[in-house]
Amino acid sequence: MSEISMTTAEAATVQPQLREVPAVRMEAVYKHYGDFTALNEVDLKVSKGERIVVCGPSGSGKSTLIRCINHIEKHDEGLIYVNGIELDRQRKNIDAVRRDTGMVFQSFNLFPHMTVLENCILAPMTVNGLSEAEARDLAMHFLTKVRIPDQAEKFPGQLSGGQQQRVAIARALCMRPKIMLFDEPTSALDPEMVKEVLETMKKLAEEGMTMVCVTHEMGFAREVADRIVFMNEGKVVEQAAPEEFFKHPKSERARTFLDQIIH
Amino acid sequence: MSHFSPTAAVSYFFNYFLMKGVLVTIGLTVAAVVGGLILGMGIALLRMSSNPLLAGAARFYIWFFRGTPLLIQLVVIYSGLPQLGIKFSVITCALVGLILNEAAYLAEIVRSGFMAVSAGQREAAWALSLSPWVTFRRVTLPQAFRLMIPPLGNSINSLLKATSLASVISVEELMRRSDMLMQEHFQILEVYAAATAYYLILTSAWDALQRRLEKHFGRSSAAKTRRVAASAPVAQASVEARA
Ligand SMILES: Nc1ncnc2c1ncn2[C@@H]1O[C@H](COP(=O)(O)OP(=O)(O)OP(=O)(O)O)[C@@H](O)[C@H]1O
Ligand SMILES: [Mg+2]
Repeated sequence: MSEISMTTAEAATVQPQLREVPAVRMEAVYKHYGDFTALNEVDLKVSKGERIVVCGPSGSGKSTLIRCINHIEKHDEGLIYVNGIELDRQRKNIDAVRRDTGMVFQSFNLFPHMTVLENCILAPMTVNGLSEAEARDLAMHFLTKVRIPDQAEKFPGQLSGGQQQRVAIARALCMRPKIMLFDEPTSALDPEMVKEVLETMKKLAEEGMTMVCVTHEMGFAREVADRIVFMNEGKVVEQAAPEEFFKHPKSERARTFLDQIIH
Repeated sequence: MSHFSPTAAVSYFFNYFLMKGVLVTIGLTVAAVVGGLILGMGIALLRMSSNPLLAGAARFYIWFFRGTPLLIQLVVIYSGLPQLGIKFSVITCALVGLILNEAAYLAEIVRSGFMAVSAGQREAAWALSLSPWVTFRRVTLPQAFRLMIPPLGNSINSLLKATSLASVISVEELMRRSDMLMQEHFQILEVYAAATAYYLILTSAWDALQRRLEKHFGRSSAAKTRRVAASAPVAQASVEARA
């Protein structure tokens, strides 16, 4: 493993200009829970500005994959680079990666004891050292962008699921991340609220945000994704452009998965 | 002798000597809560630590102090320790005993409060790259504290009454001073009626304060945080059924 990291380090110093540093690079990543292998030799590269949709059956390791990217889950083996920073367990690298990435969870995970605005300004103030006035301006900018500036003084519990998820997106954006990670952002929502969240995500995609989304919204995937990553039993089974993936899935597993999901 | 004198009961209620005992009871309770919370927080942190030695030590502490009567703990500290050459003043003995005992209960309450804050809250804090201190101070602690208030309230209610055990080691709190008045005047019902009234006033005042705290810290409607069950103070309540 040390050999691998040496050669990649050399490659980076020898040819810094030749290829752009990818937003995410995973090489032979393993993650175990006891005897269970949640990620099994995963390789993944995400270029800057690329929109990736990760799909696959339940328990296939999608959440684990995305959570390893910002080190909420610690990978056991292999290499992960985010914007060229290696997740090698050094505190400063982990912090740097987390500052570059925003994450949106299935269950929103807003802080229930803080107002929408307080949720949004906490990290900009305590991590980036913004003054309260600056942080408020920033928060209002992004709350306007997700179309809920009028809810700023409310508590999360007073909002609908769709509104809460849009606040969660705004909160993440307030840290001005370079990469946005979404873990089934619409799965916990009532059907009529799915659209407003997907619209928000589409807008982000149009602005060129690098995105990795775990989602079963195949309409969204078709429309927005540059590439679909299909996972099964901890492995990346296939990757292809949406067109290709939906029309001609290569693996049997992807075919049965698509049969189940598209109806 | 075969009657109850309400006027005597009222006069005991306004007895200056007894009132000073009430202040001692309040003082003991407040000091034990503050000391117990500080110590209890520390023990809860150890108990949640990933180091098995530290966690084990904390578990032993809790097991020991919740598994033995406060009365024995007080008596051992007061009359047992001098045998080993360790001697404190009466009031220090009472405080040490009450704090050590209360800390064991509060540690469990603090711990269950923190455990009830969903893992998603911590993950959201990490994802925002909040520092561990900010995560604790601004995210987990306020939510855990809100969950702790009901069991904390129960524990403090029990503690308020459990301070009466300090009378056994001759601390002149409300119970002890009632005993003293009773032995002087032999108006048993009248004296204890006054003492009972004081205990009821104190526990009711605490109840009211607790409700206000709950309201204050529960102002946001929390959709996802579960309420933690009040479990700890049961054993302590049984301690009060002393001889
Ligand atoms: N903390 C954990 N301890 C033990 N096993 C875990 C843990 N987290 C995840 N797993 C297991 O790892 C596997 C992959 O989990 P993961 O959450 O990544 O799947 P997923 O593809 O996101 O599934 P879903 O579509 O249900 O969200 C699952 O079988 C799960 O049971
Ligand atoms: Mg998942």
